[in-house]
Amino acid sequence: MVWLFLAIPLAVELAWVFWPAANSFSLAFTRWNGIGAAEPVGTQNFVDLASDPIFRTALTNNVIWVVGFGGLSVLGGLALAVALNKPGRGIGLYRSAIYLPMVVSMAVTGLFWRVMYQPGGPISAGLDVLGLGSLERQWLADPDLALYAVLVAGIWRQVGYIMVLYLAGLKGCDASLEEAASVDGASSWQTFWHVVMPQLKGVNMVVFAVTVIDSLRTFDLVWAMTRGGPFNSTQLLSTYMFEQAFTAGNLGYASAIAVVIFVLAIGFIITYLARQARAED
Amino acid sequence: MSAPVLVAGRARPQRRRRRGRSPWLHVVMVPLTLAWVSPILFVLMIALRSFDDIAGRGLGALPASLTLDGFVGAFAGGGLLVALGNSLLVTAAGVVASLALSSWAAYALSRYRIPGRKAVLLVMLAGNLLPPQILLVPVAQITQSIGIYDTLFALTLVQVGFGIGFYTFVLHGFMRGLPEEMFEAARLDGAGAARIYAQLVLPLSRPSLAALAALATTWIFNDLIWALTVLRSETKFPITAALLNLQGGYSSQWNVIAAASLVAAVPTAVVFFIFQKQFVSGLLVGSNK
Repeated sequence: MVWLFLAIPLAVELAWVFWPAANSFSLAFTRWNGIGAAEPVGTQNFVDLASDPIFRTALTNNVIWVVGFGGLSVLGGLALAVALNKPGRGIGLYRSAIYLPMVVSMAVTGLFWRVMYQPGGPISAGLDVLGLGSLERQWLADPDLALYAVLVAGIWRQVGYIMVLYLAGLKGCDASLEEAASVDGASSWQTFWHVVMPQLKGVNMVVFAVTVIDSLRTFDLVWAMTRGGPFNSTQLLSTYMFEQAFTAGNLGYASAIAVVIFVLAIGFIITYLARQARAED
Repeated sequence: MSAPVLVAGRARPQRRRRRGRSPWLHVVMVPLTLAWVSPILFVLMIALRSFDDIAGRGLGALPASLTLDGFVGAFAGGGLLVALGNSLLVTAAGVVASLALSSWAAYALSRYRIPGRKAVLLVMLAGNLLPPQILLVPVAQITQSIGIYDTLFALTLVQVGFGIGFYTFVLHGFMRGLPEEMFEAARLDGAGAARIYAQLVLPLSRPSLAALAALATTWIFNDLIWALTVLRSETKFPITAALLNLQGGYSSQWNVIAAASLVAAVPTAVVFFIFQKQFVSGLLVGSNK
C-alpha cells in the first residue's frame, strides 16, 4: 500500500521527465525529421554545431545572458534586499513594487516591453521629454541592441525574485554581530562586506546556481519579444533549439543543442542538489 | 519560469537597530519604485486609449480620453476568452494533480523506511531542475504516439510530470517534521496508511500545500514552452500562447495587444495579492528549518 503512494508519482515523473531526457541523448546522435526511422549519424550533429555560425551566436549570447541577466539581477536584488531589510515606513510598498513583475509571465513581460520599445512608444517619448531624443533607436529591430533590450526586460522581472531570496538570507543573519561591528567603528561598507556577506555564503551559492540554471532555460521572453531575430541576433541556445526542432524539423540536430544545454547546466544542478542534500541531513 | 529554490537559512530574532534611518533611502527608492511599476502603468494607459488616439498622437503620448475599446477588441471573436478558459482549466487540474501525487510520494518517503529514500528524493528533485529543452522533442513524440498530442490533457500531464519532483521535495521536508507520536497513536487506533494520509497528513500539511499551490498556479498559468510543444490548434492554446498569436494578427492595434496582455496578467496578479504571504513563503519553502 505504502509502495503505491511512492510508485505512482514516481512512474509519472519517470514517464514524462527521465524517459524523454534519455531519448534526447540518443536522438542527438541521429538525423531525424520526425517521420520514418531516425538515421544514426554518430557525432556528426556536434561537428556541425561547431561550425554553425548561428549556434555560435546563440552560445555567445547565452554567455552575455548569464553575465547580464544573472549578474545584474543578483547585484540589484542584493542591493535592494540590503536597503529594504529593516522594517520601516514605505518599505512594504517598495518591496511589493519590486517583486510585482514576478507574477507577470515571461510571455506577458515580453509583450509589455515590446509596447515600451515601439518607435514613438513610452521609452522614446521619455527620452524626448528628457531632451535625449538623439538617443532614440529602433531598440528591438537593431541587431546590435536587441539582445540588450531584451535583457532589460528580463532583469526587470528577475530582480524581485533575487531580492526575496536575499531578504530571507538576511533574516537569518545575526544582527548582534552587525551591532558589535558598528560599535567597534566599522563603516557600513566594512560591516556589510566582512560581517554580513560571509553569513550569506549559503544563499549566494543557491542564488548563483539558480541564476545560471534560469539563464540557460530562458526561452519565453526572447520568443515573445524577438523570436531570436533580427537576423538571429537575439538567439539563445533554448530558442535556437526550439526553432530547429519545431520550425525547421531537424529533430536530431535540435536534440544535440539540447544536450549542449544539459551539459552546461548539469554542474550547477549538481551544486544545487549537493547543497539540498546537506540541508536534508 | 524560474527555477525553484530552497534557501536554508535560520530565522533569528532580530533586534531593532537604534540608528535613525537616512532620508536618502526614500530619495532613491521613490523614483526607483515608480520606474519599476511604470511599464505596467504605461501598458494600462495604452490599453485604455482608443485606436485613433494612438494612431493620431503616437504610442508615447498621454491618453486624451479613456475608453474600453482595447478590451472590447481583445475579447472580440471570443478567442481570448477560450484561451483564458484553457489556461484556467489546465492550471486547476495541474495544481490539484501535482499536489495530490507529490503529497503521496512525500508521505511515503517521509513516514516509512523506504530503502534509498534520500537518493529517490534527490533524483526526483533533479528531474525538475533539468532544462526543459532536453525533454521537448521526445515529449512531443510521446504525446503523438499515444494519441494525446494537441489536447489539454497532454499539457496538464506534462506540467504535472515536470513539477512533481520539486513539490515532493518540499512537502517531504515539511512532513518529516510532523511529530511521530501522532502517527503512533493513529496506528494504535488501527488506522491504515491510506487513512493516516487522508485524516492526519493532509490536514496537517495545509500551510505548505497552500504555499506550493500559490507557486504552482503562477508557474502553470504562466507557462509558454510546454504549450507550444504539445499543442497545435489555436483553439486549445492557453492565454500565453494565444497572446503571441494575437500579436501577429493585430500588429498595429497596440491598445488591443496591451489590453489582452493585461487580461493575461490579471489572474496571477490576483493570486499574488490574495496569497502574497503564501506566495513569498512558497518562493522560500524550506527556509525555516
